Amino acid sequence: MKPAAFDFVRATSVADASRYLKEAGGTARLVAGGQSLGPMLNLRLARPTLLIDITGIAELSEVSETDDAIIIGACVTTANIEDGRLPGRGFEPLAAVAANIAYRAVRNRGTIGGSFCHADPAADWVTALCALGAECLIAGESGKRSLPAHEFIRGAYDNALAPNEVLAAIKIPRMSSRGRWGYHKVCRKAGEFAMAMAAVLHDSDRDVFRAVIGATHGKPILLADARVLQRADRSLDTSAIDRALESHGITNSLSRRQQLAALARAFAQARPQ
Amino acid sequence: MATSGIGASVLRKEDDRFLRGRGQYVGDFRMPGMQEVAFVRSPVAHARLKQVHIPERFRGAVFTADDLVGINPIVSAPPLKGFRRSAEPILATGKVRFVGEMIAMCVASTRAEAEDIADAVALDLDELPAVTDMLAACESGSPLVHEEWGDNVFVEFSENVWTDDLRETAIEVRKSIRTARHCMFPMEGRGVLAYRDERLRNLTLVTSTQFPNCVQTGLSECLGLTHGDIRVISPDVGGGFGYKGLLCREEVALAWLALRVGHPVRWLEDCREHLAANANCREHHYEITGYASADGKLLGIECIAHVDAGAYSSYPVSSSVEAAQIANLLPGPYVFANYRCRALAVATNKCPIIPYRGVARSGICLAIEAVMDAVAQEAGLEPHEVRLRNMVQPEQMPFDNLLGKHFDSGDHPECLRRAVEAIGAQQIRERQKQAEPDGRRIGVGISFFVEQGAHGTAVLASWGRPIVPGYEQAQVKLTADGEVEIHVGTHSHGQGHETTYAQVAHEILGVDIDKIKVIQGDTLYIPYSTATWGSRSMVHGGGAVARASRLLAQRAAQIGAWLLQTDIEKVHVAEGKVVAGDSSITLREVARAWYLQPQNLPVGVDSGGLDITAGYRAERDSGTFTYAAHAAVVAIDPATGVVEILDYVVVEDGGTLVNPMIVDGQICGGTAQGIGTCLYEAMPFDAQGQPLASTMLDYMLPGAPEVPDIRVEHMQTPSPYTEFGIKGLGEGGAVGPPAAIVSAVNDALRPLNVEVLDLPLTPERILAAIEAAAARTQPQDAHA
Repeated sequence: MKPAAFDFVRATSVADASRYLKEAGGTARLVAGGQSLGPMLNLRLARPTLLIDITGIAELSEVSETDDAIIIGACVTTANIEDGRLPGRGFEPLAAVAANIAYRAVRNRGTIGGSFCHADPAADWVTALCALGAECLIAGESGKRSLPAHEFIRGAYDNALAPNEVLAAIKIPRMSSRGRWGYHKVCRKAGEFAMAMAAVLHDSDRDVFRAVIGATHGKPILLADARVLQRADRSLDTSAIDRALESHGITNSLSRRQQLAALARAFAQARPQ
Repeated sequence: MATSGIGASVLRKEDDRFLRGRGQYVGDFRMPGMQEVAFVRSPVAHARLKQVHIPERFRGAVFTADDLVGINPIVSAPPLKGFRRSAEPILATGKVRFVGEMIAMCVASTRAEAEDIADAVALDLDELPAVTDMLAACESGSPLVHEEWGDNVFVEFSENVWTDDLRETAIEVRKSIRTARHCMFPMEGRGVLAYRDERLRNLTLVTSTQFPNCVQTGLSECLGLTHGDIRVISPDVGGGFGYKGLLCREEVALAWLALRVGHPVRWLEDCREHLAANANCREHHYEITGYASADGKLLGIECIAHVDAGAYSSYPVSSSVEAAQIANLLPGPYVFANYRCRALAVATNKCPIIPYRGVARSGICLAIEAVMDAVAQEAGLEPHEVRLRNMVQPEQMPFDNLLGKHFDSGDHPECLRRAVEAIGAQQIRERQKQAEPDGRRIGVGISFFVEQGAHGTAVLASWGRPIVPGYEQAQVKLTADGEVEIHVGTHSHGQGHETTYAQVAHEILGVDIDKIKVIQGDTLYIPYSTATWGSRSMVHGGGAVARASRLLAQRAAQIGAWLLQTDIEKVHVAEGKVVAGDSSITLREVARAWYLQPQNLPVGVDSGGLDITAGYRAERDSGTFTYAAHAAVVAIDPATGVVEILDYVVVEDGGTLVNPMIVDGQICGGTAQGIGTCLYEAMPFDAQGQPLASTMLDYMLPGAPEVPDIRVEHMQTPSPYTEFGIKGLGEGGAVGPPAAIVSAVNDALRPLNVEVLDLPLTPERILAAIEAAAARTQPQDAHA
């Protein structure tokens, strides 16, 4: 289990990385923490001719804050987020999610942008960032653009980056002081692919009540208005949820049962007090 | 009691280097000119191998079966009636029989380059239908793993001791049980470095093995060399669990290669090779019926068991060992009169299974304990009460069970009662009357078993091993500075022998254990030994160290008596001295007199010297019988199927404990593995025989957070037959957990009419059973 031969460069800027990508004509891969790409290289499931290390690009490790959002560079590690090295209030869910991703050794190297680009359906950042209403800030040779997180993820292991584009940062809206966050994943142990996963953000001051179901076979299921999952008395409408899951291709009744449990727990956590 | 002798929990001497990262494993060896090896392995489970295409540019770097002229395949055919012989070629010829079977060997200066070459080798294969299920393999018309056999059965064992007519008994329970094929996962995989040693004129193999001498013997058979032509070094070994107690194909291949290419060559097993091609174990199926009287007295057991042994018979354990154990050991600790069992070792197109810590006993324990639970259910009794009613009483010890297993000593009922008390079974029953606030369901379960360990000559000869242990030898010598050197043929791969053997010698000689060095793992320096497996080292190796130490003490006493100018009858050895009344002389002075100042000794002093090799075999070697009760409390989330272990108790009687701290480590480590067997570990295959796990992302081991704080209590009833009353106890930790946890899970789910007996107890299996039970009880509400 050793990788096939590849060339290796360290990009010094996003433009530099984009140029390397272009020159390699689709056979290069960006690498940051390498926690997903590394095993794929070793198993020779990924055989890029060129690895472009982007961790030396200063701006990709920066964090900045505006009145209503935080912008986290794509190469910020999960461990740094776990340790609360983000300024300001209203971003508490990020540290909570980070702390339960795999093992600390993985979090020390794994980056928020790398995990999101990898788009593993069972990855915590995929579900959590969609639920938080994050926006992906993308840079490429034709300039910058942004995409909502849920549009960035196109399916299992599939993202919306054009061939020479780089995910530069992720912008996450600030939760109001009354905002509530719920997050639950069903798995037996740390590091395991979750069997079910749900996130709920209920922030009525910002008129947000969003639910996301992750660990599916494809892109996470976004319910932009989570009220559709509740009955009039605000209890969960389990048959509506079951139908929603089935309509998204989750046909295995055991999976639906686990997803329902995850969603119910995320809802309970996010219930306004 | 001496502070570092038998019974002292002294810290392990070897841990200083292990904890500082200074252990020396095969992967740490570097030699000038060393090259690395990667294997081309079969991508399919069953096929005719028509051709291997080697690109011209790699011709000198790739070797196939055609090159291995004069090399014998690995044959492990015990002399058992009806045993079907399989010959496992070192590199495949004619047919491949499992995914991962070795076809070609590629050599390059780095492993990555060797893998590049392996990638470039193309195979011409004619795929054949594969048989991947042991029960399907026994049906007529199944594809045949070895056509010449006519069916797929390696061997069948049967026992039949049946005197009563049990057709009208009050209780009859029947269970189907399946244990998963899983993997072993020592922290260090296998690794082999082979080179020609011109100075010593031999072939040297540095290999991660539990038994260097057996590798030497196996290699001599495959390569046609003498033992003197082969040196096997087993350096630090990072865990074995049975996986390193066999001759592996790679060892033979590398040995041949080193002789062929003339420079050192090395292969280090990777995770995918370990999982998919090499280290499988534990796959059993049981159809078991128990008969009991209305008051829960067990009357009879009937069983048909299958073992998925995989494609070949491993050397020297053979494919027979698990089935033999099932037929032999299924009655477990219980007293009953009627027993019938057939156990079949079945060949499939999967890699050979290898005995893993406890060998067949974790499955056996699960099977018999599931019956005991079912009897309890039928009799309306607590599970532990039914077990107590069927146990050997302490005054019956030693006790021969219905198959003649000789339980050497102990108090089984006391052990079980302590476990029931410690786990708080009564309090759990009270707690179960109320719903848990988090909606989970609580259950308590228990298992009880005997662990036959340290089997001796008679037992192992009857199981048909080609290498049967006899007298274990140890060499104990006083050095010229009065320190002690112990040379043993057993090989510690985590057991802490560098400490425990020193404790045994200290007990006799009184020399500080820091001045006692244990040397192992190099056939140049050790007595021939079948080495370390089957919980035998402390009993047999420890016994040999004791015998040799006593003889050494006698020799030292003779010299000491002369130096003290007294009679031999008046001296004894203690605290590193020869003592005569108030006067004494240190062993250092004795050693210096013998080695360096012999002019101070009379000419007629015993010429044997201060270097003793002595052999030991237990007075009765039918095995020691450690026994234990495991008890678990679990919580199950009925919404997700996830099981959490809330509490875990082990009460074990392993006879006299040499180092209780190390024993605790053995029990806790084994229990963690048993938790893996029960809840997590499975090596899945698809219908074509493709292994579906190739990394630790898709093969799940319990990690630290999943292993509870295991509470261990000891009893210490000495064995009447061994030195110091020591018993073997290395495996029991892994034997008890599946039965205890399955019992607890089913206890929790009983109100839902759910029973799960297929391992591992995954959330999917538990949820499916809950759904099926709900559908059974409320069919009319299914659409509500």
